[in-house]
Amino acid sequence: MKTIHLLAAASIAVASGLGATRAHADELTLCWAAWDPANALIELSKDFEQKSGHKMSFEFVPWPNFADRMLNELNSGGQLCDLMIGDSQWIGLGAEAGHYVKLNDFFAAEGISMDDFIPATVTGYAEWPKGTPNYWALPAFGDVVGWTYRKDWFERPELRAEFKEKYGRELEAPNTLAELKDIAEFFQGREIDGKTVYGAAIYTERGSEGITMGVTNALYNFGFEYDDPENPYHLDGFVNSPEAVAGLEFYKQLYDCCTPPGSSDWYMSENIDAYKSGQVALQMNFAFIWPGVNADPNVGGERSGYFPNPAGPGGHFAQLGGQGISVVSYSDSKDAALEYIKWFAQPEIQSRWWDLGGYSALRAVVEDPGFATSQPYAQTFLDSMAIVKDFWAEPAYASLLLSMQERVHNYVIAGQGTAQEALDALVADWVEVFEDEGKL
Amino acid sequence: MSETAMDRIAKATPPRVARRIKGFSDRTIAWIFVAPTIFLLLAVNIFPLIWTIRLSFTNYRANRPNAELDWVGLRNYQRILNDGDIWQTMQATAHFLFWTLFFQVLIGFALAWLINRKFKGNDLWTTIIVLPMMLSPAVVGNFWTLLYQPQIGLFNNIVAYFTGADPTSFSMIGDVALAPWAIVIVDTWMWTPFVMLICLAGLRSIPDSIYEAAECDRASKWRQFWTITVPMVLPFLMLAVLFRGIENFKMFDLVVQLTGGGPGNTTTLTSIELKREAFEKWRTGYSSAYGIILFVTVFGLASIYVKALNKVKER
Repeated sequence: MKTIHLLAAASIAVASGLGATRAHADELTLCWAAWDPANALIELSKDFEQKSGHKMSFEFVPWPNFADRMLNELNSGGQLCDLMIGDSQWIGLGAEAGHYVKLNDFFAAEGISMDDFIPATVTGYAEWPKGTPNYWALPAFGDVVGWTYRKDWFERPELRAEFKEKYGRELEAPNTLAELKDIAEFFQGREIDGKTVYGAAIYTERGSEGITMGVTNALYNFGFEYDDPENPYHLDGFVNSPEAVAGLEFYKQLYDCCTPPGSSDWYMSENIDAYKSGQVALQMNFAFIWPGVNADPNVGGERSGYFPNPAGPGGHFAQLGGQGISVVSYSDSKDAALEYIKWFAQPEIQSRWWDLGGYSALRAVVEDPGFATSQPYAQTFLDSMAIVKDFWAEPAYASLLLSMQERVHNYVIAGQGTAQEALDALVADWVEVFEDEGKL
Repeated sequence: MSETAMDRIAKATPPRVARRIKGFSDRTIAWIFVAPTIFLLLAVNIFPLIWTIRLSFTNYRANRPNAELDWVGLRNYQRILNDGDIWQTMQATAHFLFWTLFFQVLIGFALAWLINRKFKGNDLWTTIIVLPMMLSPAVVGNFWTLLYQPQIGLFNNIVAYFTGADPTSFSMIGDVALAPWAIVIVDTWMWTPFVMLICLAGLRSIPDSIYEAAECDRASKWRQFWTITVPMVLPFLMLAVLFRGIENFKMFDLVVQLTGGGPGNTTTLTSIELKREAFEKWRTGYSSAYGIILFVTVFGLASIYVKALNKVKER
């Protein structure tokens, strides 16, 4: 009898416990791009499911279609996503069109401080308008364009000797864009282990954002500015300055001299494939790929090295990537979504995020004394995050981006017109966009 | 007196329904039957068209439905017609349209003529030839991207084998001069079988007696071809051209998969440009005007063509 009572009591306790969980349990959908870090996030989120009782599901879209698919979802007021890890440039649209929930009050109530995150990621992923304390996202994934190189090739004595004889310096990771081009030229068409290899895989993709994310790494470092720092939206003489023209010409020269044949429409995955298959000595890509490169059986470990985007005559910058995590205002589960953000912001979760291959933007993680040596690419990540610059994050960013894709691709890949003409045309396009937006 | 179809329908009508429609004229009943179709047509075709025309005179953006709507008059139309990039996409579309139709008609007719002759394995060859058109354009696009790959692509290596050129020395989808031909080749590969099937239907519809009569008149094969085969297949061929022309005017998926519209704007066809304006830049008013211009162009050209087709049929 006693046993029966105990069983009954246990059953009631279990049932009531389950009932309590069910009463508060939501099913949350998190939307992001389909890439390696997304898989790491699934693994990380199991802890949230266990602790909160909420069930997580994920909607991941490949990068070339990510913006299209997700912006359509937001623009149509869709309820597919409760949480959105949207690209940094969407923040203006997300805030102004009311797609994202403003998080200031939530951060204040939960003691989440933006001072605890890398400043560049707060500006890039969370703030709108830029430079103001209005937060629409929590920095979720720090990312930046950097370079990977074949360290094992660079260490070969015969190649080092030949390079030194030709260029008068050691074959090392480049410090300047000019040095980078020399190295790419040196490897272009060379026979290594019986196979023809090429200099560099760079971003050239036409359809989404590829070539813009690539060319800006040259433009910024030659002196390109988006607008007059003293006079916002005044573009002429900044976007198409002589320095910007030189930067664009440099990128075209790099494409013409030192890239694999047929690389006229390459972005992240094509560059990874070219590098991992041993086609190229250098690879431009976002830092998110580095854990994968490091673990690769063919090019990983000691065979690869990493360096930040090299400096140019006009400065030292790198194109910011990465995303913040936002709560979608059309969600029916906003409270649960906020719970997820609160859980995600915890230092121990952020630390685990880094361990799994996600790039944490929390200062407690990246400023930890052991961080820089925790992975072969960790120091390069820190150095790169210190020099970031981002594309427009205006609500009309898509129009601005597509114009740049068109103008730059026309010049760099199709070889139509001059760099000056391309940037003059870009100024005209952007002026039209800002006029339509009522900002000019 | 035998029972008519109307009598049978009247008998089969349930009494409840019969009571309800009693007293309705034939015209009213006809309207009752036609009304749902008319309603659907109005809702799905006519209303969106009128709405698009209205939007084309505004600065409306579908991603900002709450923003103030300004009446911009003909500004969108002016911008489109004065935009060099738009004319470049029109040129790219015209190039694509002309050459795909040219090659598909030529090869499609030749294949149909060969297949129409009785030989062993005829059915097998027909099936093999028709295979490409059964594939998804997205699959074909990806597949040909690999074939065109300069280092490992079969296409480049075959060209290299016959010409002695280095396969990595040219890029079909990366070169401004070659990319427009790259998309023509793939579309021709995929859709020639369609033209072939229509031509085959035309060829098989020609009665043997006509050829027999021509044989009796001692007409040469060449003469039979030009005076019997071609004129009798022509309406079918023109129909195939109409179908393929309309399809290729709105070509999108295959080209996006192959080239993304590049290099530069070289293979950016009007449909790709329209999609970018409408669903990436979200310039709904502007893209509505663009859509109307394209609609008028296609509608006008198709009307002229259909008139010509009818004249050929009447001959």
